[in-house]
Amino acid sequence: MKDVPTPDRPVLHARGISKFFPGTIALDDVSVRLMPGEVHALLGENGAGKSTLIKCLTGAYRRDAGVMELDGQEVDPASTAESQRLGIGTVYQEVNLLPNLTVAENLFLGRQPTRGRFIARRRMNAMAREVLESYGLDIDPAEPLSGYSVAIQQVIAIARAVDMSGKVLILDEPTASLDHDEVQLLFRVIRQLKARGLAVVFITHFLDQVFDISDRATVLRNGQVVGECLLNEVTQHDVVTMMLGRQLEARVQNRDTGRAGKTLVEISDLGKRGMIDPFSLTIHEGEVVGLAGLLGSGRTETANLIFGVVPADQGKITLRGKAIDITNPRDAVAHRFALCPEDRKVDGIVGDLSVRDNIILALQARQGWMRPIPRAKVEEIAQSYVRALDIRLASLDMPIRLLSGGNQQKALLARWLATNPDFLILDEPTRGIDVGAHAEIIALIEQLRADGMALLVASSELEELVAYSTRVIVLRDRQQVRELTGDDISPATIIDVIATEEAAR
Amino acid sequence: MIRSTYLPLLITLATFVLAYALCASAYPAMLSFRVVANLLTDNAFLGIAAVGMTFVILSGGIDLSIGSVIAFTGVFLAVILRDTGLHPLVAFALVLALTTGFGAAMGATIHYLEMPPFIVTLAGMFLARGAAYVLSTESVPITHEFYDTLQDMYWKIDGARFRLIGLVMVLTFVVGIITAHRTRFGQNVYALGGGEQTARLMGVPIAATTIGIYAVSGGLAGLSGIVFSLYTSAGYSLATVGVELDAIAAVVIGGTLLTGGYGFVAGTFFGILIMGLIQTYIVFDGTLSSWWTKIVIGGLLFAFILLQKGLTWAAEKRAAQARLRTATGSAALS
Ligand SMILES: Nc1ncnc2c1ncn2[C@@H]1O[C@H](COP(=O)(O)OP(=O)(O)OP(=O)(O)O)[C@@H](O)[C@H]1O
Ligand SMILES: [Mg+2]
Repeated sequence: MKDVPTPDRPVLHARGISKFFPGTIALDDVSVRLMPGEVHALLGENGAGKSTLIKCLTGAYRRDAGVMELDGQEVDPASTAESQRLGIGTVYQEVNLLPNLTVAENLFLGRQPTRGRFIARRRMNAMAREVLESYGLDIDPAEPLSGYSVAIQQVIAIARAVDMSGKVLILDEPTASLDHDEVQLLFRVIRQLKARGLAVVFITHFLDQVFDISDRATVLRNGQVVGECLLNEVTQHDVVTMMLGRQLEARVQNRDTGRAGKTLVEISDLGKRGMIDPFSLTIHEGEVVGLAGLLGSGRTETANLIFGVVPADQGKITLRGKAIDITNPRDAVAHRFALCPEDRKVDGIVGDLSVRDNIILALQARQGWMRPIPRAKVEEIAQSYVRALDIRLASLDMPIRLLSGGNQQKALLARWLATNPDFLILDEPTRGIDVGAHAEIIALIEQLRADGMALLVASSELEELVAYSTRVIVLRDRQQVRELTGDDISPATIIDVIATEEAAR
Repeated sequence: MIRSTYLPLLITLATFVLAYALCASAYPAMLSFRVVANLLTDNAFLGIAAVGMTFVILSGGIDLSIGSVIAFTGVFLAVILRDTGLHPLVAFALVLALTTGFGAAMGATIHYLEMPPFIVTLAGMFLARGAAYVLSTESVPITHEFYDTLQDMYWKIDGARFRLIGLVMVLTFVVGIITAHRTRFGQNVYALGGGEQTARLMGVPIAATTIGIYAVSGGLAGLSGIVFSLYTSAGYSLATVGVELDAIAAVVIGGTLLTGGYGFVAGTFFGILIMGLIQTYIVFDGTLSSWWTKIVIGGLLFAFILLQKGLTWAAEKRAAQARLRTATGSAALS
């Protein structure tokens, strides 16, 4: 029955795919070929059309034009269920799974093992346990999904897609919330699938990962294919130039220390039991403090604690020498603090509100809802941030959930910048953001610092952290373990600190 | 180990046991098979309709039409049996097909026209009630020997009569529970309630499931109407006004989250029993006005909604905790 894929015939061949949305041509005559046993990277700026292409290929969207061949046979999946049946397993960018179902129910939704007409629950749980064990996850599959961390949920989503991919596996930014070890684990799985002759599509903004795992890449820009290349024949620089349609200037590192201004925020012994050990931190105006550490080392927790997302159970914060009390984010906002959170889906965007309203939200909230910001002012603020951050949209009126993932992230950043805070906390500000915008955000951080703002930035990308931080605090196991200043700040030292602390354990 | 997801169900069960204990301590006579049998018989039609409502609410929807559909069914049966020579069984099949189709049509409207269930089923409510009026504005008695046979079917335990319609309700619940937890359709209902967009991307057939859910609700409202006609031996277009709200109350008291995704069909069973118990207590007391039923149910609803808020809040806290556990989680990964 199953014909052996020939090496020169694509597993999946899509030709002339187009997709129009009101005000946008998301895809314009796009063609891709997925070869058996090959990892195919899909690259492009935020809003280039990568996710839309995936959705058109898997039946989540109806395409407006184009044909699709699977193993030489024309197919036309009308729903995701159908593409799953055809052997295409997908992890969509924004999906996650269903929080109200158990882990096993999520893994097997739509294809539960049955006895007669009924779902064999015990068998399903046992099967789920087995699948998850092969990913090194020792968790109870009968527990609701919502009880597990985002990283674990992501691994479960990947496991589900892998399990369903007979021919093609599509991963849309699967590694955004995974740490190094988890990424390596995923890559091992991908290599196994490759060996079995599957075609794998891999979308990410981490170019290192692209070059690490992928064989071939198709680059999209503004909904059009700008080129296909074999990755062992090109450099990262070439790829970036293709993506952006221009050269990306090399980053200049002109970190100047010691010019920090007056003390702004002084945190002493702030902590919460079971969440993060007490820590002290002084932040001056015109200073960027970087927070480094592995996933789960306490970066997000530190940010949340300072901002009052979770009230501290000990310690105190002084602002310009005066003790202040922050028990919830509202207090923090009132003191002109701002926090741009890590997980835009959980605590960030309001999907059905327009982009404009989403950008203005925090500013309006600080003003109080009884004093609406004048319409013209709102328009001006929103426009200026859309321009400054290069947010790609059809109009400011569109619901923010229709923006591409990276552009949602930028809009969220705009929301907090619009409040013009004295103290800005950024948690993973560049997650899901393309290389071009990456550089712009780094430049923006520099700019804000130069203008005298105090920033605290948590990031898992050491290169970028090093680029803008005046000081770096290394966290491990929810503890501050070291503060690096001046010339000590380099990716190598940070890794060193983490590793030695790890060994010292 | 008791899983946290079962907590609302356990709380409903505990409430029922507590309520029964309180009733029994005030009126020991309430601790009898007769009271239990009456509870089942008197609440049979409401219970059957509430099973359908549970599915609808689990999926994140609402069905306001069921009270009208029950009344329509009753009038339809009465008129058919009065005016034609059709056997009641044929009439039953006919009316079940009609109400199931009606539900399916509402489901299709909700799905394909992307209309809110509230509006569509509100329209359905007026339509069904109107259709009942068209058939007859007066109460039409049902006299048919087959009806007598069915009404005389009961099982006697300790002098208490467990009637057929009570059994039908219990069976409906059993089938409902199995459908919810052991079939793909049931899982799809929960998936829909968990998030339509996500469910769609995961391959859940949204159209078929939505239509199926409202068809089930409509069909069960039809069955409930049959049972109601057996209970009252009549069809009246003004009957069972607001029954949909009682059903919603039972579902909520049964621990199902009004926003969908979380809950149990079994919970609704105890929700029904709790509501029935309150009524029985008032009958036993004799001095209390029957309006007290409404007041107590209102109070209970408030309590349960507060409880749900509390549980959701606790769940969110747990999820936040889980995010903090990332470290341990990724340790397990490597
Ligand atoms: N349902 C929709 N309605 C209107 N416009 C849409 C819709 N979905 C996507 N778009 C638009 O289509 C364009 C392509 O979006 P897409 O999500 O495919 O980008 P992407 O390449 O995945 O970007 P990212 O890297 O940020 O995830 C964007 O401009 C987006 O605003
Ligand atoms: Mg995308």
